Amino acid sequence: MEARKKSILIFTFAGLAVAIALALIVSPWASSSPDGLEKVAEDKGFIEKAEETDPAWGSSPVPDYAMPGLEESHPALATALAGLAGTVAIFLIAWGLALVLKKKEGEAKVEAPGGPATE
Amino acid sequence: MHIPDGFLSTGVSVTTGVVAAGAVGYGLYRAREELDEKSVPMLALCAAFVFAAQMLNFPVAGGTSGHFLGGILVAVLLGPWLGELVIALVLLVQCLGFADGGITALGANVFNMAVIGTILAFYIFYGIKTILPKGRTYFLASVAIASWCSVMLASGAAAVELAISGTTPLSVALPAMLGVHAIIGVGEAVITVLVVGVVLAVRPDLVRAYDYQQPIPRFEEAEVG
Repeated sequence: MEARKKSILIFTFAGLAVAIALALIVSPWASSSPDGLEKVAEDKGFIEKAEETDPAWGSSPVPDYAMPGLEESHPALATALAGLAGTVAIFLIAWGLALVLKKKEGEAKVEAPGGPATE
Repeated sequence: MHIPDGFLSTGVSVTTGVVAAGAVGYGLYRAREELDEKSVPMLALCAAFVFAAQMLNFPVAGGTSGHFLGGILVAVLLGPWLGELVIALVLLVQCLGFADGGITALGANVFNMAVIGTILAFYIFYGIKTILPKGRTYFLASVAIASWCSVMLASGAAAVELAISGTTPLSVALPAMLGVHAIIGVGEAVITVLVVGVVLAVRPDLVRAYDYQQPIPRFEEAEVG
């Protein structure tokens, strides 16, 4: 494997390790206070509009970043595992999507202004 | 600032959805040209990092929390179009996988955070960077200012959408949203500068917008990076 490519992969997986550490270890300590929009909605009295609305998509596997079955007994673990699962899943989805989108080897490179990002 | 189901009118949901879909479609078109051996793993890393970092709500004043957005981070690392795709993918996964942000508001959330908070904010970054002298310090200063602007503009857009939807008047929503996000935006700027600073120290070639090694190109050429 070309050294340069290998070095990018090392950087990528080191970065992924940092992201996983954040999701796994730090996320259970994240603030559970309402975020900016929720707080405004509570203060200005329109949070009910969301609370009274049934979610249009009710099949989230991990609702509210808590692994189902653990959120009562081990809330911190439920959050940590949700973070781990989400981070790894989105890493794989994004890599797969990028490979699908990337111009395949051998396809003619179209030289346009601001065109292909080449090294 | 993920908008849940129930806050937006059908008109606002559809309009923002159409604009967001157009922007994502153009991003996918650009991705075909821009993705290479370097940016494929970086795109995956950016998506994973932004997802993880968005889970980490930090406390701000008055019983409120804020979290990282990441629009400027990914745009500076990958360029505005790949960056937009990363933020849109994070929002899609959060919505479908974690019930964070309503699916009827997905278009608005993508519009606010991926179009306004990433693409538009990147051009603000680019403008500031062009005006300021060359160098790492000024580059990071541009990153900081644009990061704050990214959060402010995205939250302002959300306030406008709430007002047009008749959820709450603009005179109420806009100052309240901008007020709290002015603080959250400082957190955004700190995190973005830290992460971009680390990448610049380790692998400056992976920061696509850091193009001082060559003569300053025009924007279109800068994207070649």
